[in-house]
Amino acid sequence: MVNALNVEPRTTAMPTLVMTGRENDTVVAADASGSFTLSEVSVAYGRDLVIEGVDMYIAPRSVTALIGPSGCGKSTLLRCLNRMNDELGNVKVGGKIMLDGQDIMGKDSDPVELRMRVGQVFQRPNPFPMSIYDNVAYGPRTQGIRKRSELDDLVEDSLRRSALYEEVKKNLKKHAFELSGGQQQRLCIARALATMPEVLLMDEPASALDPISTQQIEDTIAELKASVTIVIVTHNMQQAARISDQTAFMLRESMDEPAHLIEMSETKKIFTNPDDKRTESYITGRFG
Amino acid sequence: MNRVKRARLTEQIAKTVLGLMAVTVLVIAAAVLIYIVSKGYRAINWEFLTTRPVKLGREGGIGPAIGGTVWLVSLTALFTLPVGILAGVYLSEYAARNLLTRSIRLAITNMAGVPSIVYGLFGLAAFVMLANFKVSVLSGALTLTCMTLPVVITATEEALRQVPQDLRHASLALGSTKWRTVRKVVLPASMPGIVTGSILGLARAAGETAPILFTAAVFMSPQLPRSPLDRVMALPYHIYAEVTSVPNWSEDLIWGTALVLVAGISIVSVAAGVWRSIQRRKIRW
Amino acid sequence: MATRRATEVVVRALVFTCGWLAIVILAAIAIFLLTNGLRSIDEVGLGTMLTGTSWYPTSDNAQFGFLPLILGSVFVTGVALFVSVPVGIGAAVYLSEFAGRGFKEVAKSVVEFMAAVPSVVYGLIGVAVLIPWVRTTFQLDSGMTALTGGIVLGVMSIPTVLSISEDALHAVPESLRQGSMALGNTRWQTTYKVVVPAASSGIFAAVMLGLGRAIGETMAVLMLTGNAAVMPTSVFESVRTMTGTIAAEMGEVVRKGLHYSALFSVGLVLFAMTFVINLAADLVLERQRKRWRR
Ligand SMILES: Nc1ncnc2c1ncn2[C@@H]1O[C@H](COP(=O)(O)OP(=O)(O)O)[C@@H](O)[C@H]1O
Ligand SMILES: [Mg+2]
Repeated sequence: MVNALNVEPRTTAMPTLVMTGRENDTVVAADASGSFTLSEVSVAYGRDLVIEGVDMYIAPRSVTALIGPSGCGKSTLLRCLNRMNDELGNVKVGGKIMLDGQDIMGKDSDPVELRMRVGQVFQRPNPFPMSIYDNVAYGPRTQGIRKRSELDDLVEDSLRRSALYEEVKKNLKKHAFELSGGQQQRLCIARALATMPEVLLMDEPASALDPISTQQIEDTIAELKASVTIVIVTHNMQQAARISDQTAFMLRESMDEPAHLIEMSETKKIFTNPDDKRTESYITGRFG
Repeated sequence: MNRVKRARLTEQIAKTVLGLMAVTVLVIAAAVLIYIVSKGYRAINWEFLTTRPVKLGREGGIGPAIGGTVWLVSLTALFTLPVGILAGVYLSEYAARNLLTRSIRLAITNMAGVPSIVYGLFGLAAFVMLANFKVSVLSGALTLTCMTLPVVITATEEALRQVPQDLRHASLALGSTKWRTVRKVVLPASMPGIVTGSILGLARAAGETAPILFTAAVFMSPQLPRSPLDRVMALPYHIYAEVTSVPNWSEDLIWGTALVLVAGISIVSVAAGVWRSIQRRKIRW
Repeated sequence: MATRRATEVVVRALVFTCGWLAIVILAAIAIFLLTNGLRSIDEVGLGTMLTGTSWYPTSDNAQFGFLPLILGSVFVTGVALFVSVPVGIGAAVYLSEFAGRGFKEVAKSVVEFMAAVPSVVYGLIGVAVLIPWVRTTFQLDSGMTALTGGIVLGVMSIPTVLSISEDALHAVPESLRQGSMALGNTRWQTTYKVVVPAASSGIFAAVMLGLGRAIGETMAVLMLTGNAAVMPTSVFESVRTMTGTIAAEMGEVVRKGLHYSALFSVGLVLFAMTFVINLAADLVLERQRKRWRR
């Protein structure tokens, strides 16, 4: 991947410029949207600084895997991208995050609008207690779409994209809780897709699922890549290696200091020939 | 006797004594129920339930009293539910963890402990006199509303807290505002708890006498109120007034009235509880 | 988008208003009691009322001494606690530590039923059953006594004492019981050595709330205690409680008159008493909640 970016840990001044250049190249070349540029991003819960100085470029229509030991801030970083951290109360996010060149944390940026463009799928399936149809139509209705035919199309389309349609097309009025865990998670993917997001954030979306459902989710991700940018947190190295184009490795070296982005580059490179020793030892299993 | 044996024996005795106390409670409750039913059932018939009292209530029925109680409770529900539910939403969804929130909670638990006669005084001063609603259904319902609010607020807050945080985040992540999230996801998911808790509170309100004593109740009225500014008869007040101020009150009719009141409250409460457990079985987190 | 923001602002304002309403109402109650009682406080004096031993509100030389009423409430409430505390706590301990699931379920519904029966119906039962029983058993001229009202009131406050005690016992972590049993204690030894002490603050709160309920109860005492406004000397005498006084006399007073105002002052005293009691119970409960939330 041309646009994969190798960021030295804890460098400060240089990345913004370089990345802006690359980003512009890509955007123009691929005519795509849904790219993220992070510079000097840090996050604190209250006084507890948990992430510091993350620079990152996420290319449009690619799959980026976030890996690292648990507690290193993967979920926290993911939540920066749709500003869900705003909802947690005492969270402070510093630095700059740009979605297609627009500062998403600026004064006139609205989290509600951002989230229509950046969808999220959670670790455990969390369908709303309503019918399959209403679950998927929830986002579009939020956007003010009321026309039945339009909603019908969106629901069907989204369910197809998440590879659930064939299984549920006969009874879309069924209560979502009657679906199996794997189906529920694909429903949640469909629900997120129905707002036509440019980016989809997934936080260990398969960790609560059986191997077959996991496989189905991975297939879905592979299909979705053509139309959305995907950022996925995973604990499963094989999964990261199978589905992602680039991989970012985060690490919190001790509990007294915040986590940093150790290395981010093409997935193949990370898994075969990483630049950093710590990446290598984590991947080969010497790290927790 | 060795120590172990003695300990066993003590345990047996303690268990028996405590068990007897528990059984006493059950026996008292059963006696209350049986007594009311056995004394009251004779009076119950269609005419009793629908016609108006005759000869100061020594004969005739309790139609206007039933209707009056229904009026009072309906109006109370109309006031309490929206306000109480929004207040519960505030505590569960909007309130920050600070001193103010702590004081609000304190105020709510304290409201629940204010004697009902004090609510009666408050209603008299605030609604009957200051607001000049006179002694009326409206004044009574507003008074009962103040009394029932803490129940509805607490029930709502508890029900909302049962809803998993993940669900809120899912809705927010779809670009919903907080209010839309509350309205479309959180409230519907917690409706069973809210409705049942509120109904239990309202059923209690139906049995209250002291708060309506000077705010709404009238001893005899041939018909139902025509407007919220009319006074009403009410079942609990009817019992009290008959027993304390009508010489030779009819035992049959008054026990019949008590039975109607207790049965009404119980049936509504039980139905609400059953409905909730059915709904709960459908939604399990 | 503008409308969406506007909605959110309006809703927020509405929700916040409703949230704060509890404080507003509570404050309003205090203020209304005070302003309406002001005339009596002015003309008679709060000290005189609180320490006065005669309540003759309608005589030419009207006297507004609250002591007979306060003592009436104290007598009735004392009897009520005598009934509800042992039975309520004992039953709660049994239900929480010894009873099987089925029995527990039944007991729960039964207690809910007891709590749902209106006080006027308890009063009616008292009139029919307890007044004659007290009269014949203790060979009194009248069965309308502090004892009669107190017994019924005790029964009425059992649900409060029982359910809050049970909550407190239930909140004691299972590990504590297991720890004690593992040391070779029987279930009963565990109960009185470990569980009940651990739940003691909650049980205390249960008693306080039972007390608050008993002091504030109106209809049953009004129908059962005979309402003689004299300084009581024993529970076998007729008494008039604070609540009963307000209920019985407010219907016949001149609005805004001195008697009317004095009744509001009685209400104010009652409100203050229950407020303190509830506050104490609440603080204790809060401490207990913090203790088990680790
Ligand atoms: N809501 C929160 N409040 C306070 N600290 C939090 C919160 N969420 C996460 N943290 C802390 O932030 C760090 C990173 O957490 P997280 O992003 O969940 O890590 P990961 O997803 O990599 O396991 C952890 O030390 C965690 O304890
Ligand atoms: Mg995580």
